[in-house]
Amino acid sequence: MTLVVGAVFAALLLCFIFIIRLYAVVKKQKPQPGAKGPVAVLVVAGSGGHTTEILRLMECLSSSYTPRYYVIADTDKMSQEKICTFESSRGQSDSESQFTIYRIPRSREVRQSLSSSVVSTLHALQYSLPLVFRLRPDVVLCNGPGTCVPLCVAGLLLGILGMKKVLIVYVESICRVQTLSLTGKILYPISDYFFVQWSALRDKYPKSIFLGRTV
Amino acid sequence: MKTVFVTVGTTSFDELIETIISSEATQALKARGYGRLVLQVGRGALLPDADSCPNIRLEAFRYKNSLAEDIEQADLIISHAGAGSCLEALGAGKPLLVVVNDKLMNNHQLELAKQLHVDSHLLYCTCSTLTETLRTMDLSVLRPFLPGQPQNFANFLDKALGIK
Repeated sequence: MTLVVGAVFAALLLCFIFIIRLYAVVKKQKPQPGAKGPVAVLVVAGSGGHTTEILRLMECLSSSYTPRYYVIADTDKMSQEKICTFESSRGQSDSESQFTIYRIPRSREVRQSLSSSVVSTLHALQYSLPLVFRLRPDVVLCNGPGTCVPLCVAGLLLGILGMKKVLIVYVESICRVQTLSLTGKILYPISDYFFVQWSALRDKYPKSIFLGRTV
Repeated sequence: MKTVFVTVGTTSFDELIETIISSEATQALKARGYGRLVLQVGRGALLPDADSCPNIRLEAFRYKNSLAEDIEQADLIISHAGAGSCLEALGAGKPLLVVVNDKLMNNHQLELAKQLHVDSHLLYCTCSTLTETLRTMDLSVLRPFLPGQPQNFANFLDKALGIK
């Protein structure tokens, strides 16, 4: 009997610590990894339009963002080529071009139902956790494909466990004018910098950052 | 000869293809000086033959790796409301008429087309008003669509992350 009470007590305590840590990680002052040297960035490239948009953003990031880890969904055939073309085009200005492409299972196909998305996202999390724990990026940069959810959760977990505060930077797609995407809604509370492309969204979501259209 | 390029992206939109090759629509195009019509029909059931339209020079295909060349050659682009197609056409600086598929409800892709219409970057109609729009449209009201500024994003992030 005392064993059961003890176990329940321990579980509750763990939950409590987890929530406190979650709150601390999301709310605490944001680190400035760039002050110490190059910033390792994990870039989630989705598919089609998402990849085009995120590469537009990457074009303007300096070589201080090194190394660059790209993660794509394993069903995505186009993105790898786009990323390689993009990276070789910046090669000239960036003498030590450093990038790697990783593949993980897709967490959500377009129009997949919510419940089956949860299952496939958990499946993707199995691959995301070891990847993010191994790479330990300073920043996760993403813009909306479902694949970013497990990767951002993995980044958040690094912070909760006190191993490393990973900054989550989310840029909502230019397609979203009035409403956030499902991924945007999930990541809004846990992201450190949340960018939107249209002023109507900034008005609805006070934490979001609006710099005009950036892609 | 002025060219119209019709694109439906990776979807199908047979109603648009059917309407644009109708004799009313092709006559309206001809009256405005368009002599060549290129159709990208995606996975639609309809892939019209080159000789199915007596009024106009017709070409049709399903997909290409890149539509950049067809967009570049076009004097007018007629597109479904897909964000990718809209942005590609506007990015190339071409006049764009978006035909909304009113059979697809609550499609989030419409958000962008509607906003771009409000900002006068494109014209907007449905299949039932397409022919009338082709007759009466005034392309001079369209305002150029300037590219976004990723540099603003980079500057913000540099500052936030303490990069000098």
